[in-house]
Amino acid sequence: MEIDPFIFRLSIFILSIFVGYYVVWSVTPSLHTPLMSVTNAISSVIIVGAIIAALSGSSFNIFETSNIFGFLAIILAAVNIFGGFLVTQRMLQMYKKKKK
Amino acid sequence: MSANLSSLFYLLSGILFILALRGLSSPETSRRGNYFGIAGMAISIIVTFLTLGNFGFGFVYVLIFLLVGGSIGAYIAFKIPMTAMPELVAGFHSLVGLAAVFVAISAFLKPEAFNLGVVGDIKLASLIEMSLGAAIGAITFSGSIIAFLKLRGIMSGAPVSFKGQHFLNLSLGILIVFLIYYLCISQLPNIFWSIIIISFLVGVLLIIPIGGADMPVVISMLNSYSGWAAAGIGFTLENSALIITGALVGSSGAILSYIMCKGMNRSFFNVILGGWGATDQSTSSKSQEQKPVKNGNADDAAFLMKNASSVIIVPGYGMAVAQAQHALREMVDALKKNGVKVSYAIHPVAGRMPGHMNVLLAEANVPYDEVFELEDINNDFANCDVAYVIGANDVTNPIAKSDPQSPIYGMPVLDVEKSKSVLFVKRSLSPGYAGIDNDLFYRDNTLMLFADAKKMTEEIVKSL
Repeated sequence: MEIDPFIFRLSIFILSIFVGYYVVWSVTPSLHTPLMSVTNAISSVIIVGAIIAALSGSSFNIFETSNIFGFLAIILAAVNIFGGFLVTQRMLQMYKKKKK
Repeated sequence: MSANLSSLFYLLSGILFILALRGLSSPETSRRGNYFGIAGMAISIIVTFLTLGNFGFGFVYVLIFLLVGGSIGAYIAFKIPMTAMPELVAGFHSLVGLAAVFVAISAFLKPEAFNLGVVGDIKLASLIEMSLGAAIGAITFSGSIIAFLKLRGIMSGAPVSFKGQHFLNLSLGILIVFLIYYLCISQLPNIFWSIIIISFLVGVLLIIPIGGADMPVVISMLNSYSGWAAAGIGFTLENSALIITGALVGSSGAILSYIMCKGMNRSFFNVILGGWGATDQSTSSKSQEQKPVKNGNADDAAFLMKNASSVIIVPGYGMAVAQAQHALREMVDALKKNGVKVSYAIHPVAGRMPGHMNVLLAEANVPYDEVFELEDINNDFANCDVAYVIGANDVTNPIAKSDPQSPIYGMPVLDVEKSKSVLFVKRSLSPGYAGIDNDLFYRDNTLMLFADAKKMTEEIVKSL
């Protein structure tokens, strides 16, 4: 009997929740703000879906409604990707150890 | 690129994202972690282009839109002041939510592009996944917008509640579940639109009853939602990078909400179902009688701290509002020159988002190894000469340990009162967010410094 691919994806999902659980508990509380901004940046990997949506259909008619939603999603996700990673980087640069 | 190969690359980006979060376990590894995250994102985007293999006219447009969004994001990231981090994060969450909604709409309008069937006959599982993704995305969007407006001060931070609010939310939640079911049998576009519109409404209703100081929980919760929305879309697109990321972000936000709730000794539902302010008015009005307080000025404070051997600083949201972190650092530098040992004590819910105070202190060049969490420093108050409380209130209230009637009873608090003397910078005697009087104001070893946090700290620097 064949296993539905959905089950495989569900397995990845559930295992990732466990990975996330242990990884996030090991994050030091002083970095909780960068944690939020970086999780925000990586969740913008949703841009993958936005690109597929924007480029769907024939290349001569790329401004159907569904493509337009794709393009809008690309802008939103791109703001997040660049904004999220850069602001995280900016914050992390500030964390310094005592000068001995 | 073949589907199998691209799947392996998506898995690789998922692993890089895990490493990005892993890096945050210490400030030393965190910067490298961030580069892993960026690499993961770049791989995902490039692989998507290669898999589609569509480098025509549309590709150019995609790049243009990517650059437009990217420049806006980069501009914001460089311009934003660190005190505005909470609203920035709330704003960014709303964008992820809306992007999830848009991708779901697009998949619903043109399922062929995503291999989900054809219009009017979309695969059942995909339909459930995309409508869940759209619903959670919509809730994240409108909820984050409300959180953003409250944090920005455009909307009042006071809880907005009305009769039957919880019943209304519950009914709307049930309605969404019912509509998803109905969508699955009917495939009607109007049902899909209704789900999205009702979810927008639920997001607003969910956040308006929550007050300002509960924002750390709200932001963490919305962070979690944005993850679950991404995971929902990930299932629709059968994309493992999205599924892994969604699960990571979802559990990260959930853990942060849990830590924040624990920091206030309240259950998650207690926070979500409405603020403290609404229920505790009776207790605050009872204790309005006049009690004597000791009033001091900057010179007194400077004298006390200069002659102390150790000082612990307790920053709170008031420090962020007054932008007093730089002045504070100058004060500490001056104290250190006098041979005073200084450390900082951070309560888990100080500020408006998890870790808010740490970022502000880091911005003011305070080394992170001088900054301690509640459980690591609480015993040191007993051996410390001066505690300098700047912009914090409820998190120092000893009533949380003594009075079981108090609404904040059981909340972990900083044992500020155990230090030899307490300097409390505050604009007035008004109670904090929880609406309860702070017993600390009237103690013999407390000196109240009535002023703006920044001004007072600057004056102390001068008299040092």
